[in-house]
Amino acid sequence: MNLEPSLAVRRPAFPLLLGVHNQVLLVLVVIALAAVASSGFVGDAPNRLVSGRPISLWSAADPITKAGVALLGAALSATCFVRPSKSLHCTVVVLAAALLLLVLAAAGQAASHLTQSGRLAARISLGPAFWVLATCAALALADALQRLNAGLIAQLFAVIGIAAGAVLLAASGIFDALSLTQEFATHRQAFSDAITRHMALVGASVALATAIGFPLGVAAAKRPGLQNPVFAVLNILQTIPSIALFGLLIWPLSALVAGVPRLAQFGVGGIGVAPAIIALVLYSLLPVVRNTSVGLAGVDSAVIEAGRGMGMGAGQIFRQIELPLALPVLLAGLRIVIVQAIGLAVVAALIGAGGLGTFVFEGLGQYAVDLVLLGALPAIFLALLADFTLQIITTMVSRRLAR
Amino acid sequence: MIEIEDVTKFYGDRRVVDCLSLTVPAGDFCVLLGSSGCGKSTTLKMINRLIAADAGTIRIAGEDIATIPAEALRRRIGYAIQSIGLFPHWTVEDNIAAVPRLLKWPRARRDDRVTELLEMFRLSPEIYRRKYPHQLSGGEQQRVGVARALAADPELLLMDEPFGAVDPLTRDDLQTELARIHRATKKTIVFVTHDIEEALRLAMQIAVMQDGRIAQLGAPLDILQHPASDFVADFVGRQGIGLKLLSVRRVADRMRPGETAEGEPLSLDTSLRDALSAMTTRRTDRLPVCDTTGRRVGAIALGDLVR
Repeated sequence: MNLEPSLAVRRPAFPLLLGVHNQVLLVLVVIALAAVASSGFVGDAPNRLVSGRPISLWSAADPITKAGVALLGAALSATCFVRPSKSLHCTVVVLAAALLLLVLAAAGQAASHLTQSGRLAARISLGPAFWVLATCAALALADALQRLNAGLIAQLFAVIGIAAGAVLLAASGIFDALSLTQEFATHRQAFSDAITRHMALVGASVALATAIGFPLGVAAAKRPGLQNPVFAVLNILQTIPSIALFGLLIWPLSALVAGVPRLAQFGVGGIGVAPAIIALVLYSLLPVVRNTSVGLAGVDSAVIEAGRGMGMGAGQIFRQIELPLALPVLLAGLRIVIVQAIGLAVVAALIGAGGLGTFVFEGLGQYAVDLVLLGALPAIFLALLADFTLQIITTMVSRRLAR
Repeated sequence: MIEIEDVTKFYGDRRVVDCLSLTVPAGDFCVLLGSSGCGKSTTLKMINRLIAADAGTIRIAGEDIATIPAEALRRRIGYAIQSIGLFPHWTVEDNIAAVPRLLKWPRARRDDRVTELLEMFRLSPEIYRRKYPHQLSGGEQQRVGVARALAADPELLLMDEPFGAVDPLTRDDLQTELARIHRATKKTIVFVTHDIEEALRLAMQIAVMQDGRIAQLGAPLDILQHPASDFVADFVGRQGIGLKLLSVRRVADRMRPGETAEGEPLSLDTSLRDALSAMTTRRTDRLPVCDTTGRRVGAIALGDLVR
């Protein structure tokens, strides 16, 4: 006589999806399936200028890969119907990671298969089905990690594992036939220059924005009267479209250099690095100032009163109490600013600042999607990397300050 | 000893503290009692200069506090508040040692002092010194808050509704604890509360405050028996006055020395109110009394309570 277990079974959210325990995963599987069935996994173009003929996963990949993808997909959809448990989520993590790597390998392998026919100018590009499939696998992985309530270490291991797998695949040369890889190979030197320049732009502007914005944020927190004017100006700056701001800076800076020609020696000019950094700094100020002032204002006033009551000086209270307690919010601001600057710096290529945007605009001009991707993908990965790193730092700091 | 002389504080046009004078002798436990907005907290905060007085003088041990730098003054005075204000990013040990660190005590002396205070508050040092505030219960946090106020062995302790935010049971424990610590340390304490029961239980003298002035100053019994005005009578509560009277008298006052009785003994400093409660729950009209060492020294009967 054991009636309790039947009560413990979780009721499905929708009666229609009877027995489905993981709706998110099921939706991802359905989306991936639809994409694979309806669109090209790779595109096959005779040269760089014409758009490719879509080739489905089914006709592009070899039988073993096809079987692997099908098997992993079936296994993942099966897990949606199993009662959730720790071991189930671990299984999903492994399955999704394997699927992600297998999809990458399948694309490379399909490309080398299609180029074997010896057409030298042929370009095999990545198709919609590839992107959707890879994204769904990555989302399934992230979702499973979240359901596992995985700690930072576990997340770090998952990310490192996937990255190591991708690097190993790349080292084996499996991607060499893909047009994206060919584009990279022809631009290898320019690529490393661009990525260095990109990071330098972001680093310099974030450092400057912090140096200006932090004191401003402190001032805004200490003198509420300052908040309205400061935030009004910063909010307006934030609403100017980035391309417009880059353009708007050309005239005053050119005029400045015309007036003080010596400045030109230091790289100041209407176009180039100087206006790019100025614009990036202007955009970065709002998050820095806002998070600094919100973080400091959020420190419990009782704690500050206790500090004063014990005879701490204003400087001691700021350094020992307010700053450490506001730090998680300050770091969150830094995270926003860095991710935002990595994206905005792409646009800075328009005014000759260099960086990854160079490839994007060059690619747009030539209607060469792979060249656009060569600039966009690293920018995305840089942003994700910065986001993840700062998230780890923020969590570690917050944990030490756990309230 | 604290001498407050003709102290006035304005908030805008409003006199929150109005020409108030009060002397608290060394070793006294003085409770400022009143409803919110009566100026009791403001008065307290003027003693450690968290709020500057607009007129009048305050002297501590004969020294005018206006002549002492505010931070140096505050390091000499313990301060505990309702919201406790423990530093959430510091361990219990660091919190308690905050003022000693400001006073640049050597490490070993700080550690010893933390151990001593944790033991005084019956918090095992090995377990508690490395904990963070969020790992403590409300009552434990408040104990640490008071321990922190006592850390540098201040001559004077200011407490601003320190037990206002804890549940009644814990508050009861904390009051007992504070009374014990006051007896043991002989600190001068100024304690702000709006809770008449708390005031009756802890105070040696109560200053009932109304509109920034002292409506009546006196011993708890005095204030219950001879309220100086209708306001004071209303505030201490006409209802249940008998029970309040019982709560300010101790078993020691009414005990029959040498006599004996059956059952678990009451201690000498149990209030008569608690004695009545004990007799009611145990369905008896007579209970034995013991001293602090646990030796039986006499008995008390139901009739003695109303004598």
